[in-house]
Amino acid sequence: MAINQALADKRETLAARARIISALRKFFDEEGYLEVETPLRIPAPAPESHIDALPSMEWFLQTSPELCMKRHLAAGYGRIYQISHCWRAGERGRLHLPEFTMLEWYRCDADYRDLMDDCERLIGFLAAVLRLGDTITYRGCEISLQRPWERISVAGAFSGYTRYSLAAALQLDLFDELMVDEIEPRLGIERPTFICDYPSSRGALARLKPEDPTVAERFELYMGGLELANGFSELTDPAEQRSRFIQEQEQRRAHGKTVYPMPEKFLEELTNMPPAAGIALGIDRLVMLLLDATSIDEVVAFTPEEL
Amino acid sequence: MYTVADLRKGLKITLDGDPYVVIAFEFAKPGKGQALYRTKMRNMINGTILDRTYRSGETFEPASLEERTMQFLYKEDNVYHFMDNKNYEQIVINEDALGDAKNYLIDNLQVDVLLFREKAIGVNLPNFVNLRVIQTELWAKGDTSGSDSKPATVETGYVLRVPPFIEEGELITIDTRTGEYSTRVKG
Repeated sequence: MAINQALADKRETLAARARIISALRKFFDEEGYLEVETPLRIPAPAPESHIDALPSMEWFLQTSPELCMKRHLAAGYGRIYQISHCWRAGERGRLHLPEFTMLEWYRCDADYRDLMDDCERLIGFLAAVLRLGDTITYRGCEISLQRPWERISVAGAFSGYTRYSLAAALQLDLFDELMVDEIEPRLGIERPTFICDYPSSRGALARLKPEDPTVAERFELYMGGLELANGFSELTDPAEQRSRFIQEQEQRRAHGKTVYPMPEKFLEELTNMPPAAGIALGIDRLVMLLLDATSIDEVVAFTPEEL
Repeated sequence: MYTVADLRKGLKITLDGDPYVVIAFEFAKPGKGQALYRTKMRNMINGTILDRTYRSGETFEPASLEERTMQFLYKEDNVYHFMDNKNYEQIVINEDALGDAKNYLIDNLQVDVLLFREKAIGVNLPNFVNLRVIQTELWAKGDTSGSDSKPATVETGYVLRVPPFIEEGELITIDTRTGEYSTRVKG
């Protein structure tokens, strides 16, 4: 049997990937974050309409470590991060693997604006470690990392980049199609973009904006059209969280999807959670961005098809 | 029946009554949004390209295509005649529907004829066919000044680039997927 040449050819990429992950740890360790580990196999993933978990015996493989990490916050941990594998059923494409690696970080007494600052500093730090200077070239885009980065609202993106207002897009049920076809390709082209303030229906675990409760304090970070991270000010009201979960469960039921059990322990402990903000960043995509890779397949040792 | 999870390059489905082949396909999923399947398809009858974005849960009927192995008999004007070797039934296909396949059809070549509602809409060729060169310029031995290929016409009338050493009357192998010269057939 000849050696696995495809794997052998990935050595440089995988070495760079390891350097990036080690730099991530250095960043968070220096910022006073505690690295935590939570179980990958859980009884009740967060009920979200469009995120499907893979069953594992009578439980599920985590789709995100979010709930267990927030239980840490509720128990008095102020700054935590985790790098872990997550699974999402049916997600496979140029930018998707059904098993992927996620970085999540959470901090007390902060909101989504603080997370945007964290992102600016974190990516700047990584670019310096990799000696990329203050410009990242990704798929032909020269992305300047000079701060501040672009911050636009979802409503602004719809009226600026599509023929529909946000309200019209929601009413016509075209939100996702317009986001993918018209908006995403224009985000983060000259500098990174934070697209902020998603409709309240699209942030099941996010706090609503006090001055405008039709939107949630949620943002996504895009660079070169690539969606990198999703962060928000955390919803800390257990009663409201339960009713949002029920809505999501109902959506799942209506679509004939598995309805996950209510994460009761999380809801109980949420009472003790201080105001906080948390964010999930896809490590595979981060590596794609920093190494200018076209497909997520290039930055992992094995794709599911190769197993 | 197919679902969106079956979509991939090369899949043949029926859409608005016509057979389509998927030529490009991309999975997309905006953060916390639903899965979208961006699909580019070619109408197998008239060649029109169609872009469609599907959501989970959509289903497709397979294109009801029949494939029969047939022998190419002869060409008359712009019409190509084929025969099914099992039952000696003959069918005809217009040049337009053949596309590039017409470059490789020589008498007695076995091909898979694609039929939609009993009408032939195209052929699947072997990956390699052997065709005889009927016209090409002579190459002076030792001439190193010229380019490393020259035009040659084969017996179907198709013109392609071949290496300089190929002479008139020689049999060459052509890759039908690229239309390019592959090798010289010895003997």
